[in-house]
Amino acid sequence: MSMNRREFLQVMAVAAAGGMSLHSELALAEKGAAKLYDLPKFGNVSLLHITDCHAQLLPIYFREPNVNLGFGDQFGKVPHLVGDNLLKHFGFKPNSIEAHAYTYLNFENAAQTYGKVGGFAHLATLVKRMKATRPGALLLDGGDTWQGSGTALWTNAQDMVDACKALGVNIMTLHWESTVGETRLKEIEEKDFAGQIDIVAQNVKTTDFGDAVFKPFVMKNMNGVPVAIIGQAFPYTPIANPRWQVPNWSYGIQEENMQKTVDEARAAGAQVVVLLSHNGMDVDLKMASRVKGIDAILGGHTHDGMPAPVVVKNAGGQTLVTNAGSNGKYLGVLDFDVKNGKIADFRYKLLPVFANLLPADKDMQTLIDKARAPYLSKLNEKLAISEGTLYRRGNFNGTFDQVILDALMKVKDAEIAFSPGFRWGTSLLPGQPILMEHVLDQTAITYPWTTVTNMSGEMIKTVLEDICDNLFNPDPYYQQGGDMVRVGGLQWTCDPTAKMGNRIQNMMLKGKLIDPAKTYKVAGWAPVSEEAKNAGEPIWDVVAKYLRDIKTVKPVNLNLPTLKGAANNPGIA
Amino acid sequence: MNNQRRTVLKSGSGAALLGMLAAAGIITPGMALADWNKAAFDAKSMADTLKALGVAGTTDSKDVQVTGPDIAENGAVVPVGVASTLPNVTMVAILIEKNPNALAASFVLPEGTEANVQTRVKMGQTSNIYALVKSDGKFFMATKEIKVTLGGCGG
Repeated sequence: MSMNRREFLQVMAVAAAGGMSLHSELALAEKGAAKLYDLPKFGNVSLLHITDCHAQLLPIYFREPNVNLGFGDQFGKVPHLVGDNLLKHFGFKPNSIEAHAYTYLNFENAAQTYGKVGGFAHLATLVKRMKATRPGALLLDGGDTWQGSGTALWTNAQDMVDACKALGVNIMTLHWESTVGETRLKEIEEKDFAGQIDIVAQNVKTTDFGDAVFKPFVMKNMNGVPVAIIGQAFPYTPIANPRWQVPNWSYGIQEENMQKTVDEARAAGAQVVVLLSHNGMDVDLKMASRVKGIDAILGGHTHDGMPAPVVVKNAGGQTLVTNAGSNGKYLGVLDFDVKNGKIADFRYKLLPVFANLLPADKDMQTLIDKARAPYLSKLNEKLAISEGTLYRRGNFNGTFDQVILDALMKVKDAEIAFSPGFRWGTSLLPGQPILMEHVLDQTAITYPWTTVTNMSGEMIKTVLEDICDNLFNPDPYYQQGGDMVRVGGLQWTCDPTAKMGNRIQNMMLKGKLIDPAKTYKVAGWAPVSEEAKNAGEPIWDVVAKYLRDIKTVKPVNLNLPTLKGAANNPGIA
Repeated sequence: MNNQRRTVLKSGSGAALLGMLAAAGIITPGMALADWNKAAFDAKSMADTLKALGVAGTTDSKDVQVTGPDIAENGAVVPVGVASTLPNVTMVAILIEKNPNALAASFVLPEGTEANVQTRVKMGQTSNIYALVKSDGKFFMATKEIKVTLGGCGG
């Protein structure tokens, strides 16, 4: 399903004439595209925010989750709202363009109607428009920019580095960027980015003496107002990703050092202090309640496309906390009106990037086409057709993950498979061909090796408990921001409200309870230990082989755990 | 980054540097062994360790701060620190509840020393770590949980 702008407008006209409510909504959106993106200038300090684009240079489809559970203090709170609960909370109408932009509701039809989202050429047009009305506005990139596509992997992030420079990014922080390794990361900072993009991260220190690896913050003068942008890299990078890729760097939340950095920025004259964060939204919310003097946290990592900020009260006043989604789908625009050295008021909008409503920027499109040209034949290999929708996001499983699990079990002849709970990866509509590019969108990492392990039943339980605690520990500072590992073959029950050690229950394989003492053959991928380097062929080869063989992917059976304690949770639909 | 300091150490002068510190009397060879309490370091449980250290009872204190990561990046070298504003601190110890031997470190502080120590400990599994501080002859404690995970699966 791909059409150019002209075809798209024709379809719209026909649909509108046909009087279909959804389509006439879109016709209105098209007529009012100028309106959708017409944000009147406000105040004198403006920050444009992108995050977690995962190297998606072209427009894509992306289905938001229908499972994003929160428990305890996080129950029913932003960002743990899905579908109708999210619409109600933010005051959007069902079947509106916003309903499609921020929720999974009616995904297939709405995606056909409104078309693809994101794409750097379309984003560039929107950025230019915002900058035109907001002189001096800064463009901030929250990280997870250099990873997530075949071309980013094959060019060692060069395609994204060039695209970000062309887009006009001023400041960025890090997560998956670290998986290119210390040397390459520093090379990009010191050579490509010199004089143009600052990398900020107050929480990355050397493991030996605790020296800063990056600038903790940078100070910019915007229309006479000194503005400090502090950086927070993903705190658990060397745990969630391979430590051997950044052996000399230490991360962590570093809350005390955050307070110290804020105080330093204020002492240096900052009238506005903004944290560009890759903590994940729950961690940001907790941090906002404890650290004083941050005006706004522009957050990412957990891929929550939240239309409005959460206002958190703390001892120093208040802190706005936002999260700007993923895959290039949104541009966050935060405007402050600063008077007499103090913030008087603010406006925030998370603008969805609809490729059909924003013409592609020519220069950016040329740059993208040039970067992709050497790889097109590889990327465009048609592997299979999907009959159903393929997506990843959700706390427990996604249909594309199920395909990966099925491929692992089949190709590796394993009875159980694990696939990491990554939150990136684009979506495919029913009938769309699955290209090699789409498989790489789900798998392109620098440690893609597959593993086959003989695991005791006891070990399987330990692994699942460990990962489940990273997701459902009641204290956000112990959460890592990924989803639960995807499980193939094994049936299980999950009680997220239980304590670690008791969340995983009733594990069954082919109708039989898992025996703690028995050994099972488990296939997986993305091992973080150095010993597992080059273990087995890369996961994309395994999935591609499987897809070439089956040719058609029937609507998949999602292997989901039986959930306890989640009925009536506004984070599941 | 302080490249110069790194270069000094990398060039193999590290040992010489330590030697200089020893020569200057900052580290004396006997210091590490001065108060070696074998029984305490050999004790398995928290209770046995406290007993071997001659601790009869402790008070939880907000004036004792124990610092460390919430989740360890590497269980083999977990940076932990203890600081205290209590008066006349003569001893600081770090205990890890679930380690095979709970006592990980013990520091004897000469009179007038600021109670602020940093070290690295090995942890096999998620555990509470306890900071024990002796001030004016009495024992005070603070605790923090440090998680040790298998890793992987980050968003």
